[in-house]
Amino acid sequence: MHNLTIAELVKGLQNKTFSSQELTQQTLDRIHAVDPTFNSFISVSDERALQQAKAADALLAKGDAPTLCGVPIAQKDIFCTNGTLTTCGSKMLHNFVPPYDATVVDNYNAAGAVMVGKTNMDEFAMGSSNETSFFGSVKNPWDTNCVPGGSSGGSAAAVAAQLVAGATATDTGGSIRQPAALCGITGLKPTYGRVSRWGMIAFASSLDQAGTMTRTAEDAAIMLQTMASYDSKDSTCVDHPIDDYRASLNNSIEGLTIGLPKEYFGEGLDPGTQARVEEAIKQFESMGAKVKEISLPHSSLSVPAYYVIAPAECSANLSRFDGVRYGHRCENPADLEDLYKRSRGEGFGDEVKRRILVGAYALSAGYYDAYYNKAQKVRRLIKQDFVDAFKDVDVIMGPTSPTPAFEFGSKSDDPIAMYLEDIYTIATNLAGLPGMSIPCGLVGDKPVGLQLIGNYFNEAKLLNVAHQFQQATHFHTLAPQFLKGDK
Amino acid sequence: MQWETVIGLEVHVQLATQTKIFSGASTVFGAEPNTQACAIDLAMPGTLPSPNAKAFEYAILFGLAIDAEIGERSVFERKNYFYPDLPKGYQTTQLDEPIVGAGIVDIALEDGTVKPIRIHHAHLEEDAGKSLHEDFIGMSGIDLNRAGTPLIEIVSEPDMRTKEEAVAFARKLHSIVTAIGIGDGDMSQGSMRFDVNISVRPKDQAEYGTRTETKNLNSFKFMERCIEQEVQRQIEVIEDGGTIRQETRLYNGDTHTARAMRSKEEANDYRYFPCPDLLPVHFTPEAIEALRATLPELPDARKTRFEENFGLSPYDATIIALDANTAAFFEVCAKQCDDAKLTANWLMGEMASQLNSNDLTIKDSPITAEQLAGLITRIKDGTISSKIAKKVFEAMWQGEGDADTVIEKQGLKQVSDTGALEKIVDDIIAANPAQVANFVNAEPEKRKKMLGFFVGQSMKASKGQANPQALNQILMTKLNQAANS
Amino acid sequence: MEPSEIQKLANLAMLDINEETAKETASSITDVLALIDQLQAADTDGVAPMAHPLDAVQVLRADNITESDQRDTLMTVAPQTDSGLFLVPKVVE
Repeated sequence: MHNLTIAELVKGLQNKTFSSQELTQQTLDRIHAVDPTFNSFISVSDERALQQAKAADALLAKGDAPTLCGVPIAQKDIFCTNGTLTTCGSKMLHNFVPPYDATVVDNYNAAGAVMVGKTNMDEFAMGSSNETSFFGSVKNPWDTNCVPGGSSGGSAAAVAAQLVAGATATDTGGSIRQPAALCGITGLKPTYGRVSRWGMIAFASSLDQAGTMTRTAEDAAIMLQTMASYDSKDSTCVDHPIDDYRASLNNSIEGLTIGLPKEYFGEGLDPGTQARVEEAIKQFESMGAKVKEISLPHSSLSVPAYYVIAPAECSANLSRFDGVRYGHRCENPADLEDLYKRSRGEGFGDEVKRRILVGAYALSAGYYDAYYNKAQKVRRLIKQDFVDAFKDVDVIMGPTSPTPAFEFGSKSDDPIAMYLEDIYTIATNLAGLPGMSIPCGLVGDKPVGLQLIGNYFNEAKLLNVAHQFQQATHFHTLAPQFLKGDK
Repeated sequence: MQWETVIGLEVHVQLATQTKIFSGASTVFGAEPNTQACAIDLAMPGTLPSPNAKAFEYAILFGLAIDAEIGERSVFERKNYFYPDLPKGYQTTQLDEPIVGAGIVDIALEDGTVKPIRIHHAHLEEDAGKSLHEDFIGMSGIDLNRAGTPLIEIVSEPDMRTKEEAVAFARKLHSIVTAIGIGDGDMSQGSMRFDVNISVRPKDQAEYGTRTETKNLNSFKFMERCIEQEVQRQIEVIEDGGTIRQETRLYNGDTHTARAMRSKEEANDYRYFPCPDLLPVHFTPEAIEALRATLPELPDARKTRFEENFGLSPYDATIIALDANTAAFFEVCAKQCDDAKLTANWLMGEMASQLNSNDLTIKDSPITAEQLAGLITRIKDGTISSKIAKKVFEAMWQGEGDADTVIEKQGLKQVSDTGALEKIVDDIIAANPAQVANFVNAEPEKRKKMLGFFVGQSMKASKGQANPQALNQILMTKLNQAANS
Repeated sequence: MEPSEIQKLANLAMLDINEETAKETASSITDVLALIDQLQAADTDGVAPMAHPLDAVQVLRADNITESDQRDTLMTVAPQTDSGLFLVPKVVE
């Protein structure tokens, strides 16, 4: 059953081929059996899941079940789940059980989904390899010597290992797309403001966006339909009509104009990755799409701008973790300052501290204009590049990540090398555009991701294009070696 | 050396909204600790601010009341610092694009002149919680009920030169805030708090001296005392050859002393930046005009009306029109007794001094406007004299009933009965033959002066209750008779 | 960047950082600063800073009480409380 997609699970549940309780029990058993190898979950909630499954079965029996009724999914451990441990991958929140649900979690509950657990992640979503998690790194199911990417590495690995058919994730600079690429699955980051951030622990508020990890574009459409909502509790959530994402999946892409930014095919791109991406583009051409070379002239500035803006926002967002009202508190503080400094010093890992310090620096007196303000201006230029490009093209394509999955430790001591992992994904966060990564083949035995960038609120187009590709190719059905013969 | 004081004020006004500025939790004062601090107010992980429309409307009303430019676009920023009463580790406030721009507040000085005080801007922000310093096993307790209560911070230019001007300015702001109903003005609950920037400079020096900021003043009296002390302190420091340190001082209302705060303000770098959880707030000119239409009468307009409709002097009108409650009291009373001047005198005289010495506002006065009108009516119709009226007022204040009840119970009714008065006068004339002789022998034009003695004696004999006009009349007649006989 | 500057920033950010870490952090942050210094090359004359990806405007909430007393629930995750208060080492102003 584990190799079924969400669409197939929904059908099976509604046709009573299997019950949600059977499905959920099997899912939980499989996680307990398989996941110790990958460490993709921080917590598994057997009891809660089985309760939800029981309730789902009751609804299914009545015949008026909501969309995802009885389907097991995993939530990234960045989303607050009422009564269930929510750590954000940090020692700071190792004991935090929120008394409220994130809107995303609310939406999945309303859709009848069964939450089987919370997935591992880089601490506070800061990282591109899942090596910064307080709960240990996640292993890539394709090669356990390699990273799964980050920060949503747990969600990506859980889906790639077919522990769940779908998982939620978040993307601040590439944290959905890059791990999706490295784990050979389909990752969707919607337009900024499409999905509510309420109850999603903030890293960089103006960049964070929740999205999906699935094996197929069709499943991504089903999940996005559930997640997307207007939520007045999040001021940055946008009240924009929500498309029927499945309805347009089968539209023809004949005549589609694909923009290829020349800046995304330059120095630093692994030749194998480039080859797979170019083959994918050829595939689209064979399906009737037109290709146009475009330029996003400020691309090279997106990583520098991001590493001012994201740390600046995070330095303030993480101030609330002070050991007073929740979370880690140091032993026997001598005074107030000691309480703050040691609780935060002990509770946060090195990368989080590094970003807080960079953020404090970029905002401090005398540097604000040179760094923060300058970065915000560059951000506008980067957005304008895309606005101009979308006058001529329907969708922009390129590699998701410059290389396939890399080995543990190979970049963890070099923050800059790690930051450049997101060189192709960061600009869409700065601009607030929707982006996807879909599998487009292997380099050696490791998957490569093709990145699709769409216009604002045009997730339906991205999903349509991705689905058409997946109808014509088999890359999304490739599975890690350990799953061979495991039915 | 002649010194000049330079004063600027930062005034925090709690807005009288039902809910917090960024959450739907109640702002009611005095609840059990932390029962009005919701997940947003506690800055629980993943929570987000949701701004309150009313807070903006109130801030705009204030701006309109002082003729300030209203920010059609305003932006919240984060002011970063750590403090246990600040759950997010930053205060959400406004800096570069505040909701209210520059404006003017006129204050009336005692000499009857008007001085404009410039407002630099006023911005919206959230209040902090409270640290309770009672001992909890050597620790402080944090109550976050107040955290997130909407405030406007009104920042003046350093335009005030005396403590009287500063207090007049503070009172004027208080009157505007209460007149337009954006704050309850209850200083004892911290609804209005003052930070005072004070410096001194030699009389003819153009540049300002180094200033100190004293925080946490929540009464006009404290403010006056604090300015007095701080000015004195600064002058002494300079005259002793020292220099003033730019510092933040904390006023203690119990000991009436201020001291420099221990936390090093200068070490702070607030790292302001636009709050990414909130979007720019836009108000169209139409929306702003619609709010203007809801503005009630403001103190300045009321002052003019009191001058024109009630014939009050500019000074009386200014004082009475300043506070909405006093003005309402005045209008009810003056209309009922049909004597604006007497009403004004009583309000600014007996009433003001009783309220002052009991530390009450007119809202808490035990004497209602109707009751005061009743008292004034009895003065006007001759039932009691002004002097007796003060006695009656005193009794009314003590809760002994309305004017008529007190007059009746204490037998304070004025004696106008001719027979009774003649009897008293006859007794006085008979008892003071020497004074009568002096009167009789005096030049007729000097007699008027000498009448005072007989009036005083007769009044005393009547226990103050003789009708003064009637008494005068009878005395004149009887003494003239004696002179002519 | 010098370790002493790192300590200054760490004070602002209330992070306990020992000398060893300060040294390491100083060198890695120097690299990060070199990266972000690339921004200086950009011509941003006349460009307005952009704080949000979408040109959206704030929606304001009606002034209605929507939150009831949740103290006991919210305080279950607090490290130290007494009589409904969060406890911290003595606050000295």
